[in-house]
Amino acid sequence: MIENFDLSLVDWSRAQFALTAIYHWLFVPLTLGLSFIIAIMETIYVRTGKEEWKNITRFWMTLFGINFAIGIATGIILEFEFGTNWSNYSWFVGDIFGAPLAVEGILAFFLESTFVAVVFFGWNKVSKKFHLTSTWLVAIGATLSALWILVANAWMQHPVGMTFNPETARNEMVNFWAVLFNQVAVDKFLHTISSGFLLASMFVLGISSWFLLRKREEILAKRSILIAGVFGLLSSFLVAFTGDMSARTISKVQPLKFASMEALYEGKSNAGLIAAGILKDSKFKIGDKVVRDFAVKIEIPDLLSVMTGGDKDSYVQGISDHINGNTKLGILSVQEKIDRGHYAMNVLIDYKNSRMNNDTSKTENFKAVFRDKKFQDNYFRYFGYSSIHKPEDVVPDVTISFYSFHLMVILGFLFIMIFAMALYFLFKGTISVNRWFFWIPLISIPLTYVASELGWILTEVGRQPWIIQDLMPVSAAVSKINSGTVITTFILFGVLFTVLLISEISIMVRQIKMGTKH
Amino acid sequence: MTMIISHLFLQHYWWLIVSLLAGILVFLMFVQGGQTMIFSLPKSDIQKTMIINALGRKWEFTFTTLVTFGGAFFASFPLFYATSFGGAYWVWITILFSFIIQAVAYEFRSKPNNVFGQKTFDLFLIINGSLGPFLIGTAVATFFTGSQFSLNRFNQVQWATPYYGLEALLNIRNLALGFAVLFLARINGLLYIMNTVDDAELKTRSDKKLILNSIPFLLFFLFFVTSLLFSTGLTYDAVTGIVVTEKFKYFHNFVQMPTVSTLFLAGVVWVLYGIGITLFGKSTKGIWYSGAGTIITVFSLFLYAGFNQTSFYPSSFDLQSSLTIMNASSSLFTLKTMMYVSFIIPFVIGYIWYAWKAVNNTKITEEEMNMEGHKY
Repeated sequence: MIENFDLSLVDWSRAQFALTAIYHWLFVPLTLGLSFIIAIMETIYVRTGKEEWKNITRFWMTLFGINFAIGIATGIILEFEFGTNWSNYSWFVGDIFGAPLAVEGILAFFLESTFVAVVFFGWNKVSKKFHLTSTWLVAIGATLSALWILVANAWMQHPVGMTFNPETARNEMVNFWAVLFNQVAVDKFLHTISSGFLLASMFVLGISSWFLLRKREEILAKRSILIAGVFGLLSSFLVAFTGDMSARTISKVQPLKFASMEALYEGKSNAGLIAAGILKDSKFKIGDKVVRDFAVKIEIPDLLSVMTGGDKDSYVQGISDHINGNTKLGILSVQEKIDRGHYAMNVLIDYKNSRMNNDTSKTENFKAVFRDKKFQDNYFRYFGYSSIHKPEDVVPDVTISFYSFHLMVILGFLFIMIFAMALYFLFKGTISVNRWFFWIPLISIPLTYVASELGWILTEVGRQPWIIQDLMPVSAAVSKINSGTVITTFILFGVLFTVLLISEISIMVRQIKMGTKH
Repeated sequence: MTMIISHLFLQHYWWLIVSLLAGILVFLMFVQGGQTMIFSLPKSDIQKTMIINALGRKWEFTFTTLVTFGGAFFASFPLFYATSFGGAYWVWITILFSFIIQAVAYEFRSKPNNVFGQKTFDLFLIINGSLGPFLIGTAVATFFTGSQFSLNRFNQVQWATPYYGLEALLNIRNLALGFAVLFLARINGLLYIMNTVDDAELKTRSDKKLILNSIPFLLFFLFFVTSLLFSTGLTYDAVTGIVVTEKFKYFHNFVQMPTVSTLFLAGVVWVLYGIGITLFGKSTKGIWYSGAGTIITVFSLFLYAGFNQTSFYPSSFDLQSSLTIMNASSSLFTLKTMMYVSFIIPFVIGYIWYAWKAVNNTKITEEEMNMEGHKY
């Protein structure tokens, strides 16, 4: 089934998808968060009837509109790239993955796109209440859009609710609710949308601070700081809480990703939590991969064991436990998984051969094997390992995983402090005196984007080499087109997205400078 | 009473939904059709602004319908999604490329400091307006004319040409449908502008353009339909799944599916009626007849492509790799789950209609364009 694909094709296809996803994610979190902030502001306008709140709402709505369009533009590519660049994957999981995408279109995208027209053009055409309802529906629509695509992504991290059909050579959904309420999906949805809320709050806080530094738009700035401060602080607590939930789940369902993000090679009890650290090459190797060690680290003793297992004696699995196996913990070695994967693949090939030769009795026997729970649990679950050549290939990039995770967490705590300080100064009435503070949220706007992108880098790089955890590696999922074609479209998209980003930033800056007099 | 819903029923049900979405998408491409005329139709800047704002308030519907069309195809017929997108790479990528530049063009074109100037973004609108409908039409034509691909026993696609879909442009029937869809989009664009913009001069100019676009549309469309009726198609055995060629397959479909054929003819008549009452009755409501006609005609064409045991994505390279609604579909469970979700569609159409009316309750005028507010 899995032939030796041109590696550069796989790499370029990954690069193209990563490029699109990274650009897409530059715009989506702001849309997610700003839609709610605008809805809150407009609610205050409708309730109080004060024109200043209408002006504030319309100012942020203009920025929302500029960002919204480019987010949609980059999003459509992602959906279709599953087909254009990952066609084998599209068939292998289309029965499961397609459903959330279709539901997303029917339920969420139409809600968003229908009412966004009312939001932009309806100020003088519909009643205040209808307009406000439309604004809230856009926010809900945006959140629902995120839900379904995250459900699909979560399934790739932790495939559940399906069974393999040898006849069609694909996975088929048997439990929709298991797919929807997959623990990874729940964690991912809450963590992702709250990080979008956080990013948008920092955006509002930072720009409002800029106005105060310039001594302009003081009413807009102070009102916006209040909303963004409260919304941002609550969101950042939610980000921390759901991040912790997410890490615990990863430690159970993707232990190699977890070990890589902690750079934990040897499993242990009383494992300390690395708060920060710098990695260096060690003299050891796993296969042809150099083991990374710490040049410097700040470690909190026992905390990792406590956080993952509930007590300090709890054992945290390391990379070696998976590469070599750990009989005590019942972990199979990668080589054993490769062997079992080959066995499952051979059963599939035998099934296909017997089917081709019209050998009904053999066909039925093999079909029965696929239905057997023991086979599913002990062999088919390692199906993807049949395409793995060396055990060390299943270890994600430790350097990228470690740094992206730790930097994201450090930034997350910094953001909590910034929101708390903004509210503290605001409620004490000293915000105008502490002008030095205004620089902090302003500088932090790009940092929130960095943290947000790091989260996705960890999610996706940490899953490698899999496109679907344990079932399909990226090398088997790629479309059979020549790499030159993908290189060309990579360059085209790269140039186009960059050009559009430059234009967007330029327009945004200009609109911000114009303030409420736009 | 329990109703047993068979896999076959659901495969047909989902082909109907996909066909309906295709019809709605082609209707909504009036936005693209209108975009192709933003330089040639208006005589003044204010007329151009009115046209762009009339179209711009609807671009997201077309965009969202395209995304949902793709999503519905992925969910219900994933083998088509994998085969066509993974094989006819260049066609789909070019279509997508044209839609990316459209999405930002409306929002960015008139904003100060947009770096590249208004003309660049207007050019984006023209590119999307021309390439989008033309290439989508060409791609859909391959549902009848076939593509060069094969599938291995694990259903992995291998495209047989190095042009990854661009070879479809060498087939005159594909081109005919591509141009027919493009001119239809332009016709609907004109009818929509007449319905939405309050400007007598623009109406007169649109009338003239309507005639100029209706003639090539009819020529290309009639050529495509006539050649379709005489062409050989692929049919399959419902039990064994074996695909064989059948002469005059689509003519047989036309005769053997009288309800669909009635719908098809009614759709064509409605499109012509919409054009007719605009040209001869001086009505501005032609878009509703032409729009409904477009939806019904495209819907029927899709049913000819997929129903009556017809292969909807024929392979001209390896007959047995051809896709049918039976071999390309999702499982019974997924289609059934999705069917429940689809029950929400009437509600979605309802609120779209309500919001559409709310925004379009008054025609776009010069005064509105000169007032403060969100403008493109």
